[in-house]
Amino acid sequence: MAANWLPPVSLTASGRPVFLPGEVERCLLPAVDLESENPGLAPFRSGLLVLTSHRLLWIDEQSAAGFAAPLAAVVHAYPPKKSIRSMFASPRIRVQVSVSPDGRIVEDGVRSEVITVVMRGKNDPDAFYCRLLEVLRSRQWEAAVVAEKRNTDSGIAEPPMAAAARVRMPVVGVSGILRKEQELWESTDKSLQEAFQDLNALMSKAKDMVQLAEKMRLKLLSSSSASSNADDEEMGSKQEMQDWLLSVGIVSPVTKESAGALYHQQLSRELADFVKLPLERAGGMIALVDVYCLFNRARGTALISPDDLLQACTLWEKFDVPVMLRKFDSGVMVIQSKARRDEEVFARIASLAQKPDALRTGISPSDAALTLGIAPALAKEHLLTAESKGLLCRDVSPDGFRFFINLFTEIDPSDIYMIKNNGPAHVWSSALSLSG
Amino acid sequence: MQRLGNFKLPQFFNFPPFFTLQPVKETREKQVQVWKQLLLDYCRSQKIFVIGLEEDFPLFSNPVIERSLSHEAREVFLSALISEGHAEWMDKDHRKCLMLWLRLQEWADYILNFVKDNGLQDGVMTIEEMRSGTETHELAGIDRGLLLRVLRLLEQKGKATIFKGTSADDDGVKFSV
Repeated sequence: MAANWLPPVSLTASGRPVFLPGEVERCLLPAVDLESENPGLAPFRSGLLVLTSHRLLWIDEQSAAGFAAPLAAVVHAYPPKKSIRSMFASPRIRVQVSVSPDGRIVEDGVRSEVITVVMRGKNDPDAFYCRLLEVLRSRQWEAAVVAEKRNTDSGIAEPPMAAAARVRMPVVGVSGILRKEQELWESTDKSLQEAFQDLNALMSKAKDMVQLAEKMRLKLLSSSSASSNADDEEMGSKQEMQDWLLSVGIVSPVTKESAGALYHQQLSRELADFVKLPLERAGGMIALVDVYCLFNRARGTALISPDDLLQACTLWEKFDVPVMLRKFDSGVMVIQSKARRDEEVFARIASLAQKPDALRTGISPSDAALTLGIAPALAKEHLLTAESKGLLCRDVSPDGFRFFINLFTEIDPSDIYMIKNNGPAHVWSSALSLSG
Repeated sequence: MQRLGNFKLPQFFNFPPFFTLQPVKETREKQVQVWKQLLLDYCRSQKIFVIGLEEDFPLFSNPVIERSLSHEAREVFLSALISEGHAEWMDKDHRKCLMLWLRLQEWADYILNFVKDNGLQDGVMTIEEMRSGTETHELAGIDRGLLLRVLRLLEQKGKATIFKGTSADDDGVKFSV
């Protein structure tokens, strides 16, 4: 075997390395090769790599042999290469160490060589590399020197860091240049670290911002529903707030409950106007997707998103527009002209009102609610609307409020005894006579 | 067909909404029309000249369907008649209403024609005589106050002369047609 180019390390009886005073283990990597750039030097194959605060140890557990490279000799550690080739090969970390003229790894050697740490096992190269840098940065082996020095000297005790700074003497020559490069690189790395800290800080601030926006949103929500008699100023600033929230991309739910952000309001009205003509042509009902296409095509520029369209349609409930959004059970959404919708409901009401029972006793809002499948309050609204259109007439009594089919229209004032042969009056009259 | 006494009621009398004042304009107009006619026809056939609003006027309710006109409804229908000249409030509290299925002027014309047709001109009749008689003519059972008013109307036009008798029964009238 060629002369081992790394100084040996004494191991304990159980194969653990004997540590220097103050030396601390930092990282262990199994199945590591150490290769020298010098082809004449045989590589160390498949050993345990131990990174300590002072040294880089390589241990062959089987043969109980250990070798070390002092970290003090490390000039530069190259980060693991990230390339497509490196993805399939074992990760490699190249460490530049200074060597003496005769090839021994010493601190402040005149030459330098590169040792490659080849990680054959399942190791995380980046984690190891970070650890290596940390260790190199902290230069704990120098603290040991200083401590020794302190022991021998009777001088003033200095903090290790300051001492370390003093010990690092400006060196000329290649190693000096290399060292300068290393320092530069380290400071860049440090500032990057700080920058990332800033980013973390930014992220946490962003979290705060989001929380703040959320609070504002909730506040808007609660105050809009609570006070309906807000004075103009309050309403103005609230509107500003909503617009601002909208502009930063936060869609305020106040949009849906209150009048809504101005953009959506205007869009809503514009849409209602636009949709009238296509509705007529389509016979009173158009699928929402079709409206989306038509509307955007008509707009040319400043296209609206599907979400905007949906919002705009939802806002129609607040305004008195003759169109409405309707969702079928299948999930299909259409825009329907209200008149059509009313006709349909009225047809159902009329048929309900002309059933034999209804002819005799009329229909109550709850009867209508059951038949139409809607809430009683809504049913009452429909009945009242039907009444205002002359479809129904009302009957108010101690029994309550009921609606009958409007037979007044059937009465001929010149002969109030006459009942037309075909028509609801006739049906009613027969129903009456049947019940006795 | 239902009857109220000998009066034939239209079928609509059994339509419950008939007894509720309709809020919708067109519906109400129809309703008012029907009630006006019904009231006049009924009063005419039953010789009812005065309707007390708060009294149980049989036409105002239908026990079969358990409905009756509200005070407001009664006022509305009667007011409609009044505006046409077919009725008059007899007091400022609007509690009594004089029914005029013939308007005052129509009554006047009726009397004149009656007098002419029966050759009663140049003769003197008592008020009572005018009021009595067979049921088939309108004057039979006419409200005394109303008759006097009509006669006074005729008097103003120079068509009649009223004589005061020793008693109310003896009040007479002479027509100069």
